[in-house]
Amino acid sequence: MLEVIVQRGTTEASRTDRFDVPARDSQTVLDVVTWIQQAVDPTLSYRFSCRVGMCGSCAMMINGVPRWTCRTHVSRVVQNGRLEIAPLRNLPVIKDLVTDMDPFFDKWVAAEARHHPTRGRLEDSDPITANSPDRAEADLGIECINCGICYAACDTVAGNPEYLGPAALQRAWTLLNDSRDANRSGILAAVSGKGGCHNCHSMGSCAQYCPNALNPMRAIAGLKRETVKAALRRKRDA
Amino acid sequence: MKQPPRSHPLWLAFVLHRLSGLTLALFLPAHFWLLSQAITAPARLDGFLTLAEHPLVKVAEFGLVFLLAVHMFGGLRLMALEFLPWSNRQKTLAAGAVGVALFLSGTFFLRAI
Repeated sequence: MLEVIVQRGTTEASRTDRFDVPARDSQTVLDVVTWIQQAVDPTLSYRFSCRVGMCGSCAMMINGVPRWTCRTHVSRVVQNGRLEIAPLRNLPVIKDLVTDMDPFFDKWVAAEARHHPTRGRLEDSDPITANSPDRAEADLGIECINCGICYAACDTVAGNPEYLGPAALQRAWTLLNDSRDANRSGILAAVSGKGGCHNCHSMGSCAQYCPNALNPMRAIAGLKRETVKAALRRKRDA
Repeated sequence: MKQPPRSHPLWLAFVLHRLSGLTLALFLPAHFWLLSQAITAPARLDGFLTLAEHPLVKVAEFGLVFLLAVHMFGGLRLMALEFLPWSNRQKTLAAGAVGVALFLSGTFFLRAI
């Protein structure tokens, strides 16, 4: 048997419930949550979709560590037969294990972390050179699936609600290095504002906990470099 | 809610950099005040310099040199991280900063005793 402590309720009114869940071979944390909902408490709310680490919707705090529940075997994280499951840190809770991802995605938009096309929809697409240094740098970050784990792991986000966070800044960095993006100066302006890349203290928790082994800290360091270069260039040209 | 474990090297490097900076900021006013005594009250300064022979003060000086060195080399690592092309060896560089700081402060301590 596993002793499972689940955080319930909302940000304003949270409590914990204890469940005894049968231990199984090759059991994932998502299996545990699903078992609780199907066998004990159908009111338990949680979010998942693909179950194979592709969609990024099932991330939760497991014994205090942000993880994809679908790709986390209980045997790897259980401590003395006990699992503590809570919603992702640094985000408002809608109910139980479901967080409101709006602040997370609003910050993607605020960081200009969206494609600004160089060509219209009726024109041929702009070819990219796969082995150019810029493309190689962009490729390092494009496997992000927006699961929010880096955002939950980041202490700078916890201390500064305006900080755009590792995921949004990494996406902005991939676009800055993308030859098909037409708004380089817009991205640099967006990421150098009040909540921008210069808030990062390079603690590296984003890279430490990213389940896709990406390194947002590297992307943010790149943004810091490019924003400083752009500022110096502006000063020289003024 | 439980916080994520921070026992990974770069988080420890971050906190060491902050704490060393804070300690040095607290130490510097006392340091400058003591130096000013050379002009305003030389006898009092001599009294403090005699105190510096005490073994506990020598250990404290070792700590101070360590903090100064680890803050300087840790700061150089951060400046390199932000202004030079990316290096994947950040953990090694952070450990190196601590190693060099220990070497310098250890050498200082051995010469002092």
